[in-house]
Order: sequence, then structure tokens, then C-alpha cells
Amino acid sequence: MGKTLFDKVWDAHVVDTKENGPQVLYIDKHLIHEVTSPQAFNELEDRGIPVFRPKQIIATADHNTPTINQHLPIKDALSRNQLEQLSINCKKNNVTLYQLGHKYNGIVHVMAPELGFTQPGMTMVCGDSHTSTHGAFGTIAFGIGTSQVAQVFASQCLLLTKPKSLRVTVNGKLKNGVLPKDVILYIIAKLGTNSGTGYFCEYAGEVFDNMSMEGRMTICNMSIEMGARGGMIAPDQTTFDYVEGKEYAPKGDAFDKKVAYWRTLPTDVDAVFNKEYTFDAEDIEPMITYGTNPGMGIKISENIPHNKDASFVKSLEYMDFEAGESLINKEINYVFIGSCTNSRIEDFRVAAKYIKGKQKADNVTAWLVPGSKQVEKQIIEEGLKTVFDTAGFELRQPGCSACLAMNDDKIPQGEYCVSTSNRNFEGRQGQGSRTILASPLVAAATAIAGKIIDVTETIKTLEFA
Amino acid sequence: MEKFTIVTSSAIPLDIANVDTDQIIPARFLKATDKKGFGDNLFRDWRFNEDGLDNKYFTLNNKDYSGSILVAGHNFGCGSSREHAAWALVGYGFKVIVSSFFADIFKGNALNNGLLPVQVSKEYINHLIYEIKANPNVKLKIDLRAQQISISSSKRFENFNIDAYKKACMINGYDDIDYLLSKRIEIEAFENTLS
Repeated sequence: MGKTLFDKVWDAHVVDTKENGPQVLYIDKHLIHEVTSPQAFNELEDRGIPVFRPKQIIATADHNTPTINQHLPIKDALSRNQLEQLSINCKKNNVTLYQLGHKYNGIVHVMAPELGFTQPGMTMVCGDSHTSTHGAFGTIAFGIGTSQVAQVFASQCLLLTKPKSLRVTVNGKLKNGVLPKDVILYIIAKLGTNSGTGYFCEYAGEVFDNMSMEGRMTICNMSIEMGARGGMIAPDQTTFDYVEGKEYAPKGDAFDKKVAYWRTLPTDVDAVFNKEYTFDAEDIEPMITYGTNPGMGIKISENIPHNKDASFVKSLEYMDFEAGESLINKEINYVFIGSCTNSRIEDFRVAAKYIKGKQKADNVTAWLVPGSKQVEKQIIEEGLKTVFDTAGFELRQPGCSACLAMNDDKIPQGEYCVSTSNRNFEGRQGQGSRTILASPLVAAATAIAGKIIDVTETIKTLEFA
Repeated sequence: MEKFTIVTSSAIPLDIANVDTDQIIPARFLKATDKKGFGDNLFRDWRFNEDGLDNKYFTLNNKDYSGSILVAGHNFGCGSSREHAAWALVGYGFKVIVSSFFADIFKGNALNNGLLPVQVSKEYINHLIYEIKANPNVKLKIDLRAQQISISSSKRFENFNIDAYKKACMINGYDDIDYLLSKRIEIEAFENTLS
């Protein structure tokens, strides 16, 4: 029987197997940030254990950073302390840190791929559930807790039980205006928020083959929202072209040698998955969520379904929506384009293409938060900032921002926010805030209209990949 | 890590599905650099009203309920990987979470903090919640060695699964770091095979 992409990468990293128990899995790369690493550093220090392989770690500050005036000292004492602690820990343990303001600083899942730190066939971890993003490169990448961060610090390994395999295939051609975010929201709406728990998911088929690396990252990023620890897409020429020439990528012959290996990774034709789902690209439309978990999504033209389940009812109560109603024409006062799901250059190109020549509605506060300093630079160089400024949008500085509202970027109590982020949990974007997940195109269209509109009606003269 | 063998206690019902870690501990409380004090903000936005006073309708504020066991709805702990969620539950005083389904990362985090996730059938969860609501003084018994959960008010019990290695860790109070450090020679040998 053939092997899956996941099997090949996993099996190449098994150091040891405990009889009837978990396996010791070697971790190639470890990403850290300010929120989930301090207690792990403390743990090692308390036990007198050194960091085993500091060169295989990079650090960034992203979760708890301001998105304006990053050159000034951080006002909030606790946030400032957390960032200082990260600097001290990295310095003490010889870990490379791309701190606030550094030209490579950014959201961990945006900056690491940009630097070529993420490469096919690797195992990667980070104390953040959206580490699944890196699976876009054919990498086994998954989020871990702080105890596991300490384990990787101490041994460059984790004790794990091999997850089951799941494949989601989407064939056909996406309609105009249907973006990677819509594809993943559609998949999660179909399968539910815990369908992937215990599994690692591979995305296969024409839709993903034809997708850019940015799009593939958006897809893999949200694997955790259906419960899967990670998602993967087979590496191909698109992947190799993206990695080539990046800061940490192998160069010259070493690169060619790696590519030859990476070409052996895709799933064998006779490999068998524990679970398989197949969808047709033509059935997917721009999506939007109406509830308080990412599985509660509908096509933008559909009405909210009826369901008597107590958790469903509680969810609609929180959102102040009614079963059976349409979200079209709902007034929206906040729009957020950013997060590790949708803050890469392509996302801002899509937004700018729609916004160009239009004006933001007066009732809307619209925040555009690039995923990294490099994305920010590109936005300016490509002239997108001028488009945003002219239309009344605010381009802020990189960070996780209003995706989890740990900093000051909070959506006020009771307000709706159409957001390109990944979670619509209660209060996720600020206490009492109500999140509606959508693509950058739907978010941009909402900001222009001041309300939710059926974007398929307004893009007829524009082409979106 | 504290050793775990048997816990016998009354329990608190939380009959809600898909409780995510943002509800268990909201992001704005993740600014600490140690593990202390998270219990004070456990379920913060469900537990307290905007004015900071107790939300009397929330289960933790119901005077009838007490104990070190939380009986929760399906897919408990989904969302963010924040281990702060496990620290908050432990900090508040919980030793066991019973649910019909746990999210992966949360389950691992709980086990790494001596908090036992006990997965039972949906029918048994419904039975437990029914019995607890009928009489909040009923006791649940979780016997880790026997991998069994039972309730004092009925004869119904269930067995639960736990990885044999993790079970041994819980019973002995070991953690994975001890084991991984003992594998240093194998790890270095593995590194030498990498190109």
C-alpha cells in the first residue's frame, strides 16, 4: 500500500517508538512568540535544562503588539513586560528574534514562510493553533501548548501518537469572486467544527493545484477550525518557486537536491485515507458566517438555517440574528482585513482592486492590518496604500491585532465586524463583539456599502482569481 | 505535576457544546509571564456581568453546585492552543473535566497539567447532567487505575480510554520532559542521519 504525503513526512521524523505508546517525533523548526513562550522558558530555567537546538528556533512579537506608533514605547505595562521578557529570553538562549519594528517582524505564520524558514517535508511547531498554516508547503505543522514548547526547547522532540488521515478533494474551477477563504469556510460549514479532530487533513484536487501559496496558506490555516491538528497540500512547482531565493532557503545545488527530494513527497496513488470527502468547485460561492463557531457558515445569498439545538439557539441569541433571515443589507460598522488567515499581499491586492475608485461608507471603521513588515512594504510599493488612503481606509502596522484583540484593536460591545480572521467565537474581537467571517473581497465590499451585500452582483465587471 | 489516582467529588454541570478556549480564558488575560492567577478569570465573560458583578445565571455562580469536576458539553476546549485554559481550570480548582468529546490540543494541555479529561458517551453525559441537576450533592468518582467513572445516585458507570503512557504519567506525576531527556542519545543519533 502506498503512503500519504503525511505518512512520508511523519515517518522520516520518527526517532523512537514506545511500545504500545506514543512516538518520539523530531521537530525541524520551532516558532515562538511572546504569549505562549515565557512559561516554557521559566520551566527550563527552573529545572536547569538548556535550550537544546536554539538555531532551529525563530521568534517574533505579534500577538500583543500595537498596530500604530510601533516606534514608541508600549503603553500597557503588562504587554510591554511580555515583549521585554521575550527579548531577554531570546538573548539569554541565543534564539533569533525579529522584534517589533524589525524589517522581518510580523505575524508568525506570515513572516516565517516569507523568510523561507518554512520548507516542504519539514516538521514544524509553534505555541499557536494556526501553525497549521505552514502545511501549505507540504510540511507537518501544528499548534502545541506551552508544556510542549518546553519539551521542544529541551529535546527538539515531542511525544505524539500518529493522527489518522483525512483527505478533502475539491475539483473543478472556482467561480469569479470565490476566494480561498470561501473554499475553506465552505468545507468547514459542510463538515462541522470537530469533523477533523484526531486527524491530519490533506487538501487535494484541481482547486488547490491551481492556487497560489498565499491561497494555500489561507486554506491550511483554518484546518484547526474543523478540529484537525493540521492541514497539508502537496508541494509542487508553485511551492518550489515560492521558497527559492528566500532568506533561509537552501541555495544553488543544495536547493536542487532538496527539490528532488520534495518531488517524492506527494501522496502515492494507491495510498488509503481513513476518511475522504469530495466537493465540486462550482458549488462554492462567497461565504459568510452567522454564528459563534466557524462551522456556522452559509453562502452569502442564503438564509440562516433553522436548528433547535440549545447551543445553536444560544449562538444566534449572542449574534442577535434570527433563524431563517438573510444577512444581506445588515448594517455593519466595523471591517477588519488582517490576521494569519488573510493578511498577505494577495489579500490586499484583492481588496484594493475592489476598492479602487470607490469610497468607504461613513458608518464604517475599516482597519487594514498587514501580516508583516514585508507585506506592509509591498502594499506601499505597489501603490495599494494610495488606493486605501483615497477611499478612507486605515492601513495600520503589522500584528495579530483585532483577530484576538489582545492589544487595543477591539471591536466595541454589541457591534458587528465583518472580518477576514479565523474565529467568530463570542467576544473574540473584544468583549461583546460579534464577528462575521468572510473573504477579503466580501470584507472590502461591506466597507464600501456600509452593509452586507451580495458581492457576486457587484463584481461582474471585475475579475478575481 | 501532582499525582492522580482517584477523585471523588460533587460536580458542576456546563451543558454547552463547543466551549472554546477563548471562553475558558479570554485573550486579554494572556499577558502574564507566569502560570499564576488564571483561575480568577476562568470563564470571565460568562461568569461576570459587564459591571464586574457575578452573573447569577452562570453555573459556577450557582450556590447549589460545587466540586472539582466539570461536566461539559461536546467538543470541549476547541479553538486556540493556549495552555492558559488548562491553567485557569486547574487554578480554579478543577481536577477532572468530563465531556463526550475533547479538542485535541486542549486534551494534551490538560494531561500535561494533571487535569484529567474523561471522555464518555453522549448518553452518559446526559445522564450525569440530569442526575446532578436533580441532586447537586451527588458524588462522581473517577478511578484512573480502573479507567472508570461512576455516580453515587445510580448504578450506571462507564469506562474511559486513556493512552497507557499518559496514564502512567498522571499516576506517577511525571511529565514528557523527563522521558524526552532520557532519549538524548537516540535524538542525537537521529540528527546525525539528517542531511
